[in-house]
Amino acid sequence: MKILANGMHYSALNAAVRMAEDDVEIVNCIGQRYIGAGLLRRQIVIHGTPGNALGAYLNGAEVRIDGNVQEATGDTMNAGVIEVHGSAGDATGYAMRGGKIFIEGDVGYRCGIHMKAFRTQKPAIVIGGRAGSFLGEYQAGGTIVVLGEHLNGKPIVGNFCGTGMHGGEIYLRTDELSAALPAQVKAERVEGELSEEVTALIKEWCARFGREEEGYLNCVYYRLTPNADNPYRQMYTPN
Amino acid sequence: MREGQFRDPSGCAVVGVIDRSGKKMTGEGMIRAIEVMHDRSNGLGGGFAGYGIYPHYKDFYAFHLFFDTQKAQEETEAFLKRHFEIVYSSGIQTRKLPSVKNEPVIFRYFLAPLPRKLADSHLTEREYVARCVIRVNAQIEGAYVFSSGKNMGIFKGVGYPEDIGRFYRLEEYEGYAWTCHGRYPTNTPGWWGGAHPFGLLDFSVVHNGEISSYDANRRYMEMFDYKCTLQTDTEVITYIIDYLVRRQGLTLEEVSHVIAASFWSTIERKEEPQRSQEELLRRMFPSLLVTGPFSIILGFEGGIMGLGDRLKLRSMVCAEKGDKAYISSEESAVRLIEPSLDHIYSPAGGEPVIYKLYSEGGRA
Repeated sequence: MKILANGMHYSALNAAVRMAEDDVEIVNCIGQRYIGAGLLRRQIVIHGTPGNALGAYLNGAEVRIDGNVQEATGDTMNAGVIEVHGSAGDATGYAMRGGKIFIEGDVGYRCGIHMKAFRTQKPAIVIGGRAGSFLGEYQAGGTIVVLGEHLNGKPIVGNFCGTGMHGGEIYLRTDELSAALPAQVKAERVEGELSEEVTALIKEWCARFGREEEGYLNCVYYRLTPNADNPYRQMYTPN
Repeated sequence: MREGQFRDPSGCAVVGVIDRSGKKMTGEGMIRAIEVMHDRSNGLGGGFAGYGIYPHYKDFYAFHLFFDTQKAQEETEAFLKRHFEIVYSSGIQTRKLPSVKNEPVIFRYFLAPLPRKLADSHLTEREYVARCVIRVNAQIEGAYVFSSGKNMGIFKGVGYPEDIGRFYRLEEYEGYAWTCHGRYPTNTPGWWGGAHPFGLLDFSVVHNGEISSYDANRRYMEMFDYKCTLQTDTEVITYIIDYLVRRQGLTLEEVSHVIAASFWSTIERKEEPQRSQEELLRRMFPSLLVTGPFSIILGFEGGIMGLGDRLKLRSMVCAEKGDKAYISSEESAVRLIEPSLDHIYSPAGGEPVIYKLYSEGGRA
């Protein structure tokens, strides 16, 4: 079903998406929020600029956008896929607990904060460009991969990456780690074989955006994980 | 009930545009752009600032005033006559709309300071005018000067911003730059004087967020005769910028390093001379650090500036298309009026984005 979204209020647009019996194509999308929220099945293709909280609580549906997305994309999403052919705003994948987000370009601040995993639920975010500050802040589970394909000369991540991280992993595709990391985060240089899971994520990103896998698989990555040798001895009081 | 009796955590939307070649546009584009972000506001405040809109009176201070009572207007006019030559005055043209209610009396005055009075005051002209604005707002009950610059004007009120824009007939004004604000004061009734933009002389500020340092900033500014009378946090940002630029001679980049200073740990890792400069500014004006979430658009003569708090707790994008440059809370608002852009990006927290007229040194 094709929906012309011109000037439509988000509640009407989202009602139409929920009522649709087959896949949905949204044309001239302009700022409507919460598209696909909580949706279980179906594929949604969006042309234009969707509003905040795109795919919030997404529960299995697949959303593809042929441009940039705004803030809180995939907020608390549970399952499914969001594929962004552009860049994403702040708080992408906030508190995500399952499913995958693929971004062709950059992400803003606080991407993947409070991400967590549970049994078979393992959320993943793959970012083609760079990430702003507070990437993976308070991350508790899941995987974030930053490929560093941006052209603006800025560092691959901003400040305060992984602050308060206590689970999951972050991969940064870079030869040299310039970011100042908190003492509680361990950075390992990975050359050559990546884990099966991360290899699959990178291959999927390449397939979705039409890139050669070779240039992304045989590279140097830095893998960030919580540092078991240097636990959080003091949060508010020594304990 | 008025504000100040409540806590005011706001959502809000901001958007601004400038044509750096100086070509003029009506307020209609901003009305359409802010309408896209309708749900960021709740109908309790909206407003616009237009620059270059009064070319025929460009040498005079354009005062826009709200009056709650006839007595307030009489008192204010007597005050204005004692300090200024009133070149022209009239009610501001509005359009009656069912969605915009309970408007106060809204008046405009084009003013020139009385030369004798100004000379006797031993003040610069702008300081003289600024003090008069603060005196009216602090001392005359029911009168509020909400715009006081030259060749610019603020238009604001209680309602959704797109309705406020149509209420003031902004499609009839033409300016080279516009800023706009939609307000979401969740705990207050909102009132006409509390809508954004806030202005002093040619500075205007629209703000999305909530300043947790408001009282610390306000008390510090009181030492320099700035009285916060409008009971919302944005007012103090306007005064801080006026103080730092007009009275201390700082550049807008330097102002950004005062009000949205980087963390000390971030400054330590910067290269010289940047590091020493930022350190110096933090040490000189520690009481003017603005904390809490904010994204603001500052309007000034010849340009606009976007700035977000150092943690970037509010969204902001900047975009360019030919001579036009945009700053907005959301990309969708810009896309509506300019679907194809040359360039769009999100500045980092604390990173000022300044767009100026080419004639004022602005770059393409």
